[in-house]
Amino acid sequence: MAVGIKVENLKAWFGKTEALHGITMDVQSGKATAIIGPSGCGKSTFVRCLNRMHETIPDARAEGKVQIGETDIYGNGTSAVQIRRRVGMVFQKPNPFPTMSIYDNVAAGLRLNGVRNGREIETVVERCLRSAALWDEVKDHLKKKSGASLSGGQQQRLCIARALAVEPEVLLMDEPASALDPISTSKIEELIFSLKQNYTVVIVTHNMQQAARVADSTAFFLMGELIELDKTAKIFTTPGDKRTEDYITGRFG
Amino acid sequence: MSSPIQPVRIKSFVPDAENQSSSGPELVEKHSSLIGSGTGHWADRIFGGAMLLAALSVLAIVLLILTQLYWQSELSIHQFGWKFFTTSNWDPVAGDFGALPFIYGTLVSSFLALLMAAPLGIGVAIFMNEMCPRPLRTPFSYLVELLAAIPSVIYGLWGMFVLVPIMRNYVQPFLAAHFGWTGFFSGPMYGIGMLPASVILAIMVVPFISSITREVMLAVPQPQREAALALGATRWEMLRIGVLRNARIGIMGGIVLALGRALGETMAVTMLIGNRPEIAKSLFAPGYTMASVIANEFSEATDNLYLSALVEIGLALFLVTIVVNILAQGLIWSITRGNTVRAN
Amino acid sequence: MKNQSHMRRYLVDHLATGLSWLAAVLVLVPLLAIFSYLVYRGIGSLDWAFFTQIPKPVGEHGGGMANAIIGSAVILGIGSLIGVPLGIGSGVYLAEYGRGRLGDAVRFTADVLNGIPSIVMGIAVYALIVIRQKHFSAFAGGFALGIMMVPTIARATEEMLLMVPSALREAALGLGIPKWRTTISIALRTASAGIITGIMLAFARVAGETAPLLFTAFGNSFWNMNPNQPTAALPLQIYTYANSPYDEWHRIAWAGALVLVILIVAAVTAVRVVASRGVLKGSH
Repeated sequence: MAVGIKVENLKAWFGKTEALHGITMDVQSGKATAIIGPSGCGKSTFVRCLNRMHETIPDARAEGKVQIGETDIYGNGTSAVQIRRRVGMVFQKPNPFPTMSIYDNVAAGLRLNGVRNGREIETVVERCLRSAALWDEVKDHLKKKSGASLSGGQQQRLCIARALAVEPEVLLMDEPASALDPISTSKIEELIFSLKQNYTVVIVTHNMQQAARVADSTAFFLMGELIELDKTAKIFTTPGDKRTEDYITGRFG
Repeated sequence: MSSPIQPVRIKSFVPDAENQSSSGPELVEKHSSLIGSGTGHWADRIFGGAMLLAALSVLAIVLLILTQLYWQSELSIHQFGWKFFTTSNWDPVAGDFGALPFIYGTLVSSFLALLMAAPLGIGVAIFMNEMCPRPLRTPFSYLVELLAAIPSVIYGLWGMFVLVPIMRNYVQPFLAAHFGWTGFFSGPMYGIGMLPASVILAIMVVPFISSITREVMLAVPQPQREAALALGATRWEMLRIGVLRNARIGIMGGIVLALGRALGETMAVTMLIGNRPEIAKSLFAPGYTMASVIANEFSEATDNLYLSALVEIGLALFLVTIVVNILAQGLIWSITRGNTVRAN
Repeated sequence: MKNQSHMRRYLVDHLATGLSWLAAVLVLVPLLAIFSYLVYRGIGSLDWAFFTQIPKPVGEHGGGMANAIIGSAVILGIGSLIGVPLGIGSGVYLAEYGRGRLGDAVRFTADVLNGIPSIVMGIAVYALIVIRQKHFSAFAGGFALGIMMVPTIARATEEMLLMVPSALREAALGLGIPKWRTTISIALRTASAGIITGIMLAFARVAGETAPLLFTAFGNSFWNMNPNQPTAALPLQIYTYANSPYDEWHRIAWAGALVLVILIVAAVTAVRVVASRGVLKGSH
């Protein structure tokens, strides 16, 4: 189910400003890849290009080749809508739909895709809430409580469950724990660890320990360019580039 | 739509009546005496007092309006009691007054107008916020603004000479032929009547609905749209589950606000509705509204009871619009004010 | 199965887009129809006589609305004299002093005032002034319109004053300038463009009002320069003429309507231009 991602010479703009200057990298399937780098280095822009969310910002555009499995997502005739269904995304701030119950939040994607069978939806909702390690906490008021009534950490896990429900092949996470407290953060990290068995996970983080804990590979971005991509252990012990070393040892950024 | 950015309050030289306890005013006051602007102190009091007076005058005016309306309608209130609103005999000669036909006409024309204006107004708001090509956005919103600025009497004038003939010659025969069986579209086709009045009302309130809808749609936090898009929603699906669903209470508020306008709208309706105090099922038939009966009969009302009955209709209209407007404000605030809380 | 659902979703998406375009077109149709018909019927009658003569008796050709135009100017002038100071004063109070419960009460009342149907305003002022004076007058009409201007002006003034950076005020207060001078020469002056915008908006709103004048200014077929007497007004005259059975009067009603609309469109356009340039001085 999980597929790899091949990125070739990806460029992205906000208006006239070029934010990514031709990124080329491979993301391995069924692994977690962390993207690290100082603020404004383009790491968020990069993942938002992987499911064509970047272009939803007014005046923003992207160019280049991004292959998810066999599909060139910027190719002619590829619809952004279908790509986003295949590439799930979890955002920095939890964004459950406040007017929907917990149950409906998870079911939202399924219903969009035309699943009407109540039994089927119920099974998927339970499975996804279990995968997101939220089931036990919410199972008693699935349809009574609003998605917005949960705590911040629970909301973020709900958003992960919501993303999982449409059975994506890739899961993008844009600093998923940066708005959360330490306990919630560790729960999310455990979750990422278990998710990477079934999904290709790309996680943006400014927290290097987090990258070291959850990712198999780590990519270091600086000013819109990919400086280095390697096994996480290698990046954090013997990086190949001086700039990477400066960054992880805290000499700048 | 009060600005969310509110500057830090500077303690006034005039001792603040509400916040005597804080040490701020005293500090500032000591400071001001250092500078020695003794005259400034008095000038400040006078200035503050004048502003207060202006603000209080707003309260006073509304109170005056209410009491005047009440006093002037007392005669009718005592004479008829609640029966005034439930009987439909309007006979100035016999001195018997019941406002039901006017209440009926007001409600029916307003609801019909909203029935047409609500989908249109929401559609226009969606168009302006989401679908309209950027260069067209400013000119289009300017045009809709003009629609709101056209005076009622000109809507009435245009309605009488353009809309009514179109209604009589094309729309009403068509409706009678195809939907006559419902009973809503039957009887003689005068052109004027409930139908054209509702249509003109609908045109007049569309800008209200669309501007409030735009505002509440913009108040929905951006991450809600992203959440929907990231699930693979099409643009419409994104609007439906990410925006409209969150904004629905505020949109409801916009519709209720438009209702408040429609209930009190006078000139255009008076010129088109036919002004006959009847309760008819057919929308072709003439009707009468609370506002138009006042407009038409107030200057002819010679005896006190007649005048009093008309003022009572005005008082009722006033009270109903207050309630409707408060409801609308509450609904709109719940979206535009609370959105930061709800997003977290 | 999946494909079918996709087809359906795209169809719905296109349908929604199409419907929103349709709504946009539908809302522009009456606007353009009204404007073009106004010009078509009105432009031919906009002659010298329209602006200089008073209405001719029924059956005679010609005549104009000169008295109504002057009357409207007088009534709106009186309205502004009442509405502008009260509106700005309340706005200043709300922005500078109105944190507490009284401020909220005033804000709420201003909202109520804003929502009062104009015909109700007409009979209230009738009861308040006309009954007491025992005659209609431009003054009563102006009073009704002036009150109706207050909420819009107060709201605009409050919002604009709150947008003035507090640093500006602190700087003035720190120099030892008393609060009243700071408010007038710093805050109000900085916000003046925005406040003028609000005043013009309020003006445009009441300039076309007819209902509040029916039983206050009442109308007059002759010249009247005494604000204490029944006075003609453009919207009133349009209403009277529109309801008359005479073609000649209809003709003049259209010309009057055209003049009124041009006036209001000009005001609304000016407001837009000012607002797009920034409502605070030095903010762009």
